[in-house]
Amino acid sequence: MIKKILKNEAFQSLFASLLCIILGVAIGYVVLLFINPTGAGEAIMEVLKNFMHYSKANLQLKNFGGTLVKTAPLIMCSLSILFAFKVGLFNIGAAGQYCVGICVSLYCALALGMGWVPCMLLAAVAGALYGAIVGLLKSYCNVNEVISGIMLNWIALYSTNMILTNVKEGTSPYTFHLSTDGPQAILPTMGLENLFAGNEKVTIALPLSILTAVLVLVVLEKTKFGFELKATGFNKNAAKYCGMAEKRNIIVTLMISGAIASLGASFLYLTDFEQWSCTSSAVPAMGFNGIAAAFLGGLNPIGTIFSSYFIQHITNGGAFVDKTMYCSQISDLISAIIIYLCGFVFFIKYMMNYVIDKNEERQALKAKAEAEAEAKTQEGGDK
Amino acid sequence: MLLLLQYTLIFASVLILVALGGCFAEHSGVINLGLEGIMVMGALGGALMMRYAPDSFGAFGMIICVIIAAMIFGVAYSSLLGVACINFKANQTIVGTAMNMLGTAAATVIVKAINTATNPNDVSSTIQYVDEKKAFIVNIGSFEFSWFMAIALIGVVVAYVVLYKTKFGLRLMACGEHPQAADSVGINVYKMRWAGVLISGLYGGLGGICYILSGVSEWKFENGVAGFGFLALAVMIFGQWKPSRIAMAALIFGFFRALSNVYFGFPILVALNIPGSIYNMLPYIICLIVLAFTSKKSRAPKAEGIPYDKGQR
Repeated sequence: MIKKILKNEAFQSLFASLLCIILGVAIGYVVLLFINPTGAGEAIMEVLKNFMHYSKANLQLKNFGGTLVKTAPLIMCSLSILFAFKVGLFNIGAAGQYCVGICVSLYCALALGMGWVPCMLLAAVAGALYGAIVGLLKSYCNVNEVISGIMLNWIALYSTNMILTNVKEGTSPYTFHLSTDGPQAILPTMGLENLFAGNEKVTIALPLSILTAVLVLVVLEKTKFGFELKATGFNKNAAKYCGMAEKRNIIVTLMISGAIASLGASFLYLTDFEQWSCTSSAVPAMGFNGIAAAFLGGLNPIGTIFSSYFIQHITNGGAFVDKTMYCSQISDLISAIIIYLCGFVFFIKYMMNYVIDKNEERQALKAKAEAEAEAKTQEGGDK
Repeated sequence: MLLLLQYTLIFASVLILVALGGCFAEHSGVINLGLEGIMVMGALGGALMMRYAPDSFGAFGMIICVIIAAMIFGVAYSSLLGVACINFKANQTIVGTAMNMLGTAAATVIVKAINTATNPNDVSSTIQYVDEKKAFIVNIGSFEFSWFMAIALIGVVVAYVVLYKTKFGLRLMACGEHPQAADSVGINVYKMRWAGVLISGLYGGLGGICYILSGVSEWKFENGVAGFGFLALAVMIFGQWKPSRIAMAALIFGFFRALSNVYFGFPILVALNIPGSIYNMLPYIICLIVLAFTSKKSRAPKAEGIPYDKGQR
């Protein structure tokens, strides 16, 4: 029975992910020990506790909601990366597509005064088109999608800064508040805020992102379309010889991936949870954290829901560490270590299977030897 | 005009050094997407050396020590890539990306810890090196010659000689083309790949310290290196994995990067009234266009990115 569980693919993924988390947190703890040994234990606990930092249930719920608000876009980003990865493409450009999503949804909301539905849809279309650039370059010009993705990330960042400068407050670098200048574009809450002590930032974004995860799972696992995409990922040439349009598949994959990432951006920025700073000098980290979440979730759409929450949980938790001794980037460090360790997942699974097989072999040999010995003794009894 | 030349040369030096790093790793068969992280780590090593080196070193001693520190940090950090990708056959793309994130995060945490330890009110991730920087610069008229321009030139020559004129270099390239064949004639593929990765760390670290010494006299480690590691990879592809061509490609990219720093010095460009963001985007846009035209007939090492498996045919 136990052997059966140990051999199960899903269990192995879960085990490997948990091992990565434990090792990542442990290494983070060691780093803290080096910086300042006195408060290291407390600091790592603060990172892991996040909203449990508050003692009042009300505040806890409200901050739990705050973490969930940022979990929704992270789920979308990791789904975007996961979707492309299943087709053998590493869409590091998700960060740029996310940036385009911010740009379009905020511009439509603030400058054009659109409602939340068109804002969201236009963001998705823009993200898809932006993703298509990577796809076209990959399929027709053989450009490595990682490098073109990174280049497009920077182009997206500077374009977003340039375009959103039109809708920013006079002196500060931040864009207008949606609540004052574009209330029609704020995502509805559908009563979800009642669950989180009146935190109105918790909107339908969260259920929508979970729905997307299920959708991605169904499309990839249960449809002909998803099968064709995966086949293209496994072997482009084989797919071509089977009559699949491999070039189109690559482009379509990156378009879907881009649309998901950019929808994620509208999930966060249309809640008025934060504003865009038009002097940003770095692409938002959300897209890169999506990589962490996707791999930590064992490349399973449902797994990414939990891993996204975990990554966001420790990222938010970083804000609670004692600032006189440590900095909040310690949680970035931990998630970076976790992704690095995720590179070893394949090896961990290999080792698990190896140990199990060795054990089985030994037991089989033992059983055989025992049976032989028994047969011998019985033989002896007969004589 | 002189300013444009100066910035072009210094940015080209950064790109040359880092691209050569990528070139060594790829010729040995490992794609090094973690160059960005290696640059940050090299920059950290050099910056820490500048901060703690006593004045008694003198200008020459300072240059040597900073360069050595940057190289050591780069090499040590690149071993993370080596362990994962060569010995454990991990996915090189994931590990490279993780190294980029880890580099920036770790450097920020380390620098912040040091700053906070010396002054509890200082929570910035900045290291200043106003005086130390002067050791690297020689003024020729109004042209600021940086020693890194010379180092980049030496780097190109060394890379060319090592790759094409030594036994080691040819064996290294064999491991990137057909590792099984290389193994069959007695070359240790694992060792060769390790050598490639470590050399790439050495060059990457050098490029990192060169980058933070170009123009500014303090560095905020939270910022990372703004995609320079990836620009360098584009330079490498454009340069078709050949050191001399990489140098030429780096000059072109360096020019466009420099333009965003000095465009306001040219009345014609200012009169065009193009927003600054466009100039910031320019190197990346040029890079995409160039890649679109050159990648089709790329001569990448055949076995790059594939973990070596002894049993494979």
